[in-house]
Amino acid sequence: MQRLLIATFALTLAAGPVAAETTAITNAHIYTSAKNGEISSGTILISNGRIAGVGANLRVPASATVIDAKGSIVTPGLYATGTNLGAVEIELVSETNDNATSNQSLSAAFDISYGIDADAITIPVARLGGVTRALVTPVYGDGEGRELMFAGQAAIISLANGASPVVKPRAAMVLELGEAGAARAGGARGAAITALRADLDDVRWFASHRGGYNNGGTRELRLSKQDLEALLPVVRGQMPLIIGVHRAADIREVLKLARQYRLNVVLSGAEEGWMVASDIASARVPVMLNPTANLPGSFEMRASTMDNAARLDKAGVRIAFTNSDGGHRAREGRYNAGNAVAHGLPYAKALAALTINPATIFGDNRRAGSLEAGKQADLVIWSGDPLEPLSEAQAVFIAGEAQPMTSRADELAKRYRTLNQPYPPAYKN
Amino acid sequence: MGIPKVSVAILAATMLLAGCATTEDIAKPKPSGPNLDPQVDANPFPSTYKPLPSVATALVGATIFTGTGQKIDNGTILVKDGKIESVGANLAVPSGYKTVDARGKWVTPGIIDAHSHLGVYAQPGGSALSDGNEATSPNTAEVWAEHSVWPQDEAFNAVRRGGVTSMLVLPGSANLFGGRSVTLKNVPAITMQAMKFPGAPYGLKMACGENPKRVYGSKGSAPSTRMGNVAGYRAAWLEASAYRAKWDAYRAGGSKGDAPTRDLKLDTLVGVLKGEILVENHCYRADEMAIMIDIAKEFGYKITAFHHGSEAYKIADLLAKEDICVATWAGWWGFKVEAIDGVAENAALVHAAGGCAVIHSDDPILSQRLNQEAAAALAAGRKIGLNISEAEAIKWITANPAKMMGILDKTGTLEAGKMADVVIWSADPLSVYALAEKVYIDGALTYDRNDKRFQPKSDFMIDRKAGGTE
Repeated sequence: MQRLLIATFALTLAAGPVAAETTAITNAHIYTSAKNGEISSGTILISNGRIAGVGANLRVPASATVIDAKGSIVTPGLYATGTNLGAVEIELVSETNDNATSNQSLSAAFDISYGIDADAITIPVARLGGVTRALVTPVYGDGEGRELMFAGQAAIISLANGASPVVKPRAAMVLELGEAGAARAGGARGAAITALRADLDDVRWFASHRGGYNNGGTRELRLSKQDLEALLPVVRGQMPLIIGVHRAADIREVLKLARQYRLNVVLSGAEEGWMVASDIASARVPVMLNPTANLPGSFEMRASTMDNAARLDKAGVRIAFTNSDGGHRAREGRYNAGNAVAHGLPYAKALAALTINPATIFGDNRRAGSLEAGKQADLVIWSGDPLEPLSEAQAVFIAGEAQPMTSRADELAKRYRTLNQPYPPAYKN
Repeated sequence: MGIPKVSVAILAATMLLAGCATTEDIAKPKPSGPNLDPQVDANPFPSTYKPLPSVATALVGATIFTGTGQKIDNGTILVKDGKIESVGANLAVPSGYKTVDARGKWVTPGIIDAHSHLGVYAQPGGSALSDGNEATSPNTAEVWAEHSVWPQDEAFNAVRRGGVTSMLVLPGSANLFGGRSVTLKNVPAITMQAMKFPGAPYGLKMACGENPKRVYGSKGSAPSTRMGNVAGYRAAWLEASAYRAKWDAYRAGGSKGDAPTRDLKLDTLVGVLKGEILVENHCYRADEMAIMIDIAKEFGYKITAFHHGSEAYKIADLLAKEDICVATWAGWWGFKVEAIDGVAENAALVHAAGGCAVIHSDDPILSQRLNQEAAAALAAGRKIGLNISEAEAIKWITANPAKMMGILDKTGTLEAGKMADVVIWSADPLSVYALAEKVYIDGALTYDRNDKRFQPKSDFMIDRKAGGTE
């Protein structure tokens, strides 16, 4: 049995794969985000990139590589939503932004998954913050004459060090209503929802008249063929439709629409969600929210509050957390969750909103989101409480692989750790 | 039969104008001449700030971060007449003091945000309340942020719930010279003057790099390059120096004859040259900061602080030597090219080099949690082996911002004689779970998480159902 310290282990694995078939993380304080809940001292077995077992009294195979967590907290890898990881390198350099298009003929069909860069500088930084999986969502590329309905389709990525980050393209459709949607539809909410209904009706019609459509025998449809095709899984209730909406009254309208069209709606933002929490809960509609969004930043979120997450949870709504910024600050999701706890959200629920809930909402929970046998071994060993800014990830595993524990930013800081050397920092390689 | 709306508006405006021109004003015209001298009334919008009612108070039994780098266990703070009377372990509480049981709690100086746009970019957002960037000329040293501050901005209340007791409200960074900053005490008030920090110096917002050249370059005017930026600063300082000489000569001649024409823009720049107005310089890159330092030397002024300063860690030794504070973040980086080398270790590296590190917000959400941002900055420093105590890190959001705002002699630490700006926290303030329970400003209880009587909300929020405590 081989015993390694966590730090040594991470370094060893960063240098190359380990021969041992099974890895055992022992003496761990485990938050499973699953039925097992919290295990104050337990073992996680990893085999072939998957979790082979989680429990308090697991037998560790003799051949296993053992990592003694020494009582450290282990959680599932964090699952960030509402990100632009891999799709935006630098916001103010438009050439590096692949999360929006101003193309006149692409709305729902815009597919962000083709523009994900595995080597984006944001990915290692987020990973060091414990993020192992993320939903990458498009935003509107509004331009002159381009006031289209949908922002496009989101993708799920893995943050594993490697070449193929996209694990599920076209994982959700993105739409905004409320003030922004109204502006795009000609300045009124009534126009936006009417236009949306017309589009959804068109897609339904298209679904049953595809042959005729392809032969040119069709009535006039507002959306392009690509957009119609992209929306088929949405009207069938298969693809989650993320709707950005903030005001309580607008949330009610969205819930009505979701019921009438049998859509798989996910509310995003929902700052006034707490005012209609029981309606959201009984509609079984999940909510993506930023728990720190407590300011009346616009007239449609005058009742924003730090209590939103706790109140929605209490009403029975499934919540997932978004961040204050899509990519560069994705690592801060855990602090936002901590703030939700400080304002009444139970700890396990906060962790769920960072892990299993987003996986479940976006249909990825068979592979990710919790520490359960059979799932991909995405997990983080923490130096302390993961929701605390003073804690750090000590080791990050994705699909059982220990990830490099550094980033370009960290390398820069180390490069300038000691100033005034005879040769400039450029010589430190 | 209705009167058309336009007519009513015109009528009202006419009446208003007529009402303004009182006979008193006409009868006593302001004398021309001496009063136009910028030195005669340098404070035309004086502070009317008055502390809220307070009683002599003893905060007893807390773990205290003094803001001087000290930590006191089981400490007591005595507050009287709005000032800190004494701080220490096991102090006796004199009779007549209201005792606040702070056992198990933590106490810090009031948090100070050295980079705020509260009131000038008020809630709710949108063009109606977007008053922070006079982006119509690269040099608008004549504008003053205080004339944009809307005291009903609900964010003032929100950041107070995060422990913020004072802040530096700055104009934006579109211009080379953005205008004057204003330092506010974070008390609910009807007028800006009633929030104005008594005796705080003015600051001049300057900006390097991408913003000015982007804003004006895209309009086809100067500056459109970094060298254009520098030419703009230097030309302005030359103009200010000449203006100063003209006034000095006029005064040396007994202030007789025609006074030089007063220029609000140059008044502010001359204030900097005289050392009366602090320079608050938005600048990201190390090489640009070094150039700004040389410009300051060329024209004989001092840069008080670089704001954002994402690359400060590359020249931390130079900044320490020049005694220039660095107000920065832990988590913000990479949103533009000049911020691509931003690192979470920035503040810790500046601190370790002997410099003045400040954690600032530039954001009404982050401003509510500067304690957590300081914790993240501290964690990053510790990760690369910088051994910095929590008590030292607290200075990044208390004493050091006070220093770079020129108010360290008045607030920023828990020392006898200073304004009693104090926060009681439910837990270690570097924990994400710590909530500011009581916030005292000049000894007056201004916010209490557990007492509705001390939970102010702005007029704007009056018909809103509160979501809860905040």
